[in-house]
Amino acid sequence: MSAIRQPSVLPGFGLTFGFTTFFLSAVVLIPLAALVLVVASMHWSDFIHVVFSARAIGSYRLSFGASFLAASINLVFGFIIAWTLVRYDFPGRKLIDALIDMPFALPTAVSGIALTSVFAENGWIGAYLHPLGIKVAYTWIGVTVALTLIGMPFAVRSVQPALLEVQRELEEAAETLGAGRLYVFRRIILPTVLPALLTGFTLAFARAVGEYGSVIFIAGNLPMKTEITPLLIVIRLEEFDYKGAAALGFVMLVISFVVLLAINLLQAWGRRRLVKGAR
Amino acid sequence: MASGTHGAVIEDLASRPGRDNLTSSIVRWLFISVSLAFLAALLFAPLATVFVTALEKGWRAYAASFSDPDTAAAIRLTLTTALVVVPINTLFGLAASWAIAKFEFRWKSFLITLIDLPLAISPVISGMVYVLLFGLHGWFGVWLQEHDISIIFALPGIMLATMFVTFPYVARELIPLMQQLGNDEEEAAITLGAGGLITFVRVTLPKVRWGLVYGVILCNARAMGEFGAVSVVSGHIRGLTNTMPLHIEILYNEYNFVGAFAVASLLTLLAVMTLFVKTWVERTGYRRRR
Repeated sequence: MSAIRQPSVLPGFGLTFGFTTFFLSAVVLIPLAALVLVVASMHWSDFIHVVFSARAIGSYRLSFGASFLAASINLVFGFIIAWTLVRYDFPGRKLIDALIDMPFALPTAVSGIALTSVFAENGWIGAYLHPLGIKVAYTWIGVTVALTLIGMPFAVRSVQPALLEVQRELEEAAETLGAGRLYVFRRIILPTVLPALLTGFTLAFARAVGEYGSVIFIAGNLPMKTEITPLLIVIRLEEFDYKGAAALGFVMLVISFVVLLAINLLQAWGRRRLVKGAR
Repeated sequence: MASGTHGAVIEDLASRPGRDNLTSSIVRWLFISVSLAFLAALLFAPLATVFVTALEKGWRAYAASFSDPDTAAAIRLTLTTALVVVPINTLFGLAASWAIAKFEFRWKSFLITLIDLPLAISPVISGMVYVLLFGLHGWFGVWLQEHDISIIFALPGIMLATMFVTFPYVARELIPLMQQLGNDEEEAAITLGAGGLITFVRVTLPKVRWGLVYGVILCNARAMGEFGAVSVVSGHIRGLTNTMPLHIEILYNEYNFVGAFAVASLLTLLAVMTLFVKTWVERTGYRRRR
């Protein structure tokens, strides 16, 4: 044991470490291993057949396309909201700051039905968009709207602390030296918050790709058109096609891991930049 | 520097766009309105619509939707699930944070990554892994059926799926907090002869109590609201295996909007309460770090 951990006067390592690893294995790791083993037991050609079927590819296109679009929207509006909350004071600022976390706390089924009724043809916002020929509910636009709501807190909460770190003295010095606001933004503010912006983008994207509850109500769920990958997995499970579902789940898992790795690299990059800037 | 140049600089500064002129107030106004418009469309309107639709036909219809036996059963099932899952995950979070924050050992950051894993996984996959294990065509499906044990499409499956999804919440809050607060007081207590359990209860718990409260309420909110993972394992049997979020889906698909939004309003109030406790905990001085 001493080779694995450094000595300490505190007791309880064996008990708590043992319980942690046991529980982690029982609840998370062994079930996930089952998924991988089910996929491994599939014949190679079956796997390819499932994963590259036209319907699966249609669902990837929607899931990843809409998630990318939603994360991009959040990149822009997340910055604007974070900026507003950090730099400006206005009545209700604290309330709005607290409400940013709402999509974290709100069950996805609730945001799903609520968004659908707001953006349906006779809904509060849908009624104004409908005469313009914009159909939101039951189209890919609706999927994007739902995924934007789900990712919003990730974008805002990533950028907010970074904006607080921007040194106001630097901005003022630059302005005194004759820099315009846009120049200050491009050369001082943007470089400081860039890693945070990208982290927020990636977190919002990762969350959106796997999202199910808030999307299925507003999506319409037509195969090839408005069917997201998680829904296709559910449909395969309901048909008792466990292998087909596992194969699609495996593809999503692999992509999630790549995204997770990207987040870790981005955060390491952000820390290095910060250390360099402090020197 | 001659005073003449100095005066010229000040004059130059005053003539240039600065902070408190027309442009900057337009920019400020623009930022605030764009933010508010974005949040109004995406967040405030849906939140308002929950309550407006739930109360569309008056308070009586709203109250009546809760006397429906299936709705009452869904509320009971959700409460039961949270009552089992949240304490177990809290216990896990305390054990994991003690092991990880108090000791230095190899592969520590790998262990933390594994604990965070459920956050990165689609809820649908979180439910599916249990179907692959315990479902009718899963590994243990035949054995379970022979012994008349039902996990999938029954309460144990719902609890397992919920446990998977809410697994990291308490641990994630406690690990960084305990690491930040250090071991000095615990080491002093142990050196002075206190037992491990006494040290934990009397020294560590009071230090991390706000982080613990925060983690538990987040875990609870997620446990009561989980949809995707539970949807996969539940089987959607009315009055038996429908949790509140699943019951919302059924009522909504039956065009019973008052009923669906009435149940949704309860979960929305839960979310509002969660945010309220969170803000209150942050007021007490506990700050969330990343």
